[in-house]
Amino acid sequence: MAFTLYSLLQAALLCVNAIAVLHEERFLKNIGWGTDQGIGGFGEEPGIKSQLMNLVRSVRTVMRVPLIIVNSVVIVLLLLFG
Amino acid sequence: MAYHSGYGAHGSKHRARAAPDPPPLFDDTSGGYYSQPGGYPVPGAEVAFGVSQLLGDPMANMAMAYGSSVASHGKDMVHKELHRFVSVKKLKYFFAVDTAYVAKKLGLLVFPYTHQNWELQYSRDVPLPPHQDLNAPDLYIPSMAFITYVLLAGMALGIQKRFSPEVLGLCASTALVWVVMEVLALLLGLYLATVHSELSTFHLLAYSGYKYVGMILSVLTGLLFGSDGYYVALAWTSSALMYFIVRSLRTAALSPDSVGGPVPRQRLQLYLTLGAAAFQPLIIYWLTFHLVR
Repeated sequence: MAFTLYSLLQAALLCVNAIAVLHEERFLKNIGWGTDQGIGGFGEEPGIKSQLMNLVRSVRTVMRVPLIIVNSVVIVLLLLFG
Repeated sequence: MAYHSGYGAHGSKHRARAAPDPPPLFDDTSGGYYSQPGGYPVPGAEVAFGVSQLLGDPMANMAMAYGSSVASHGKDMVHKELHRFVSVKKLKYFFAVDTAYVAKKLGLLVFPYTHQNWELQYSRDVPLPPHQDLNAPDLYIPSMAFITYVLLAGMALGIQKRFSPEVLGLCASTALVWVVMEVLALLLGLYLATVHSELSTFHLLAYSGYKYVGMILSVLTGLLFGSDGYYVALAWTSSALMYFIVRSLRTAALSPDSVGGPVPRQRLQLYLTLGAAAFQPLIIYWLTFHLVR
């Protein structure tokens, strides 16, 4: 497998898009990954599942606007240059 | 200084000598064409006069001053932007090495089994820089080893007559991408296992970069002693590196906070360390086997 930095950037963009697309109400709640179902007490051990859910929710919140910008730029560039 | 003045004097002597004699290059070019022997240094003198006229011109002076001010302004802007992303002081800590540290650390990477004390040393809550503490991670060895690995890969491919400049760039970026992915995976694992340690991104980068030393040794042994030597060196450096990583991560960063922690979390951290260690020989083999056939 020969990687270039460009392929790393492409893969990262696709992965972040995949995380951002997970809808809260229609999908995550049905498989028990909704963010209001995971917050247990204030114990010091969050556990892997609640860490993952927090990660998904924070990625979706933080990366929403930059993803719109980056996706538009990439779409325009790919249309122009193939 | 002396060399430069000597060179300059030699150069002027050469030019003065070229005026009466024809320069030797001139005779070897095409047979029919024979321009005047003094024609060569005269355009050079004209160019020299033109440049000195340019420097004396006030407009040129102003243009040069403006250009240098724009350049320094651009440099300041780049520094400011860089400081926002990368803390240069923290980065300097990783490059504060000296020769004795590098030699001892390389020896430790190849033979870590007799080293007794793996604890990091602190002075008033600040970790000691690498040249005072053998166990401190550094970024000098990984970066130098990465460059050496790229050069060695080019040489190995050249020996097999499969070299081209694009392959060199591809090799370098592939190795870099694997390191970046490994650091990201380690960061994700540390976050999910809620390990509160002092391992910053640069620490993980340093520990991931130590595998380049093993890669260089394996490729060198493979080039010198053939395929068998490659596998022997691969096994030796892989086990040494795995031992080194496990001891360093466990004693230096992962255990201080988790001694009193719950058992599943300790097990998780142990799996993380073992997984990171087991990943090393795989990636060493993956990145080097195509160089030694």
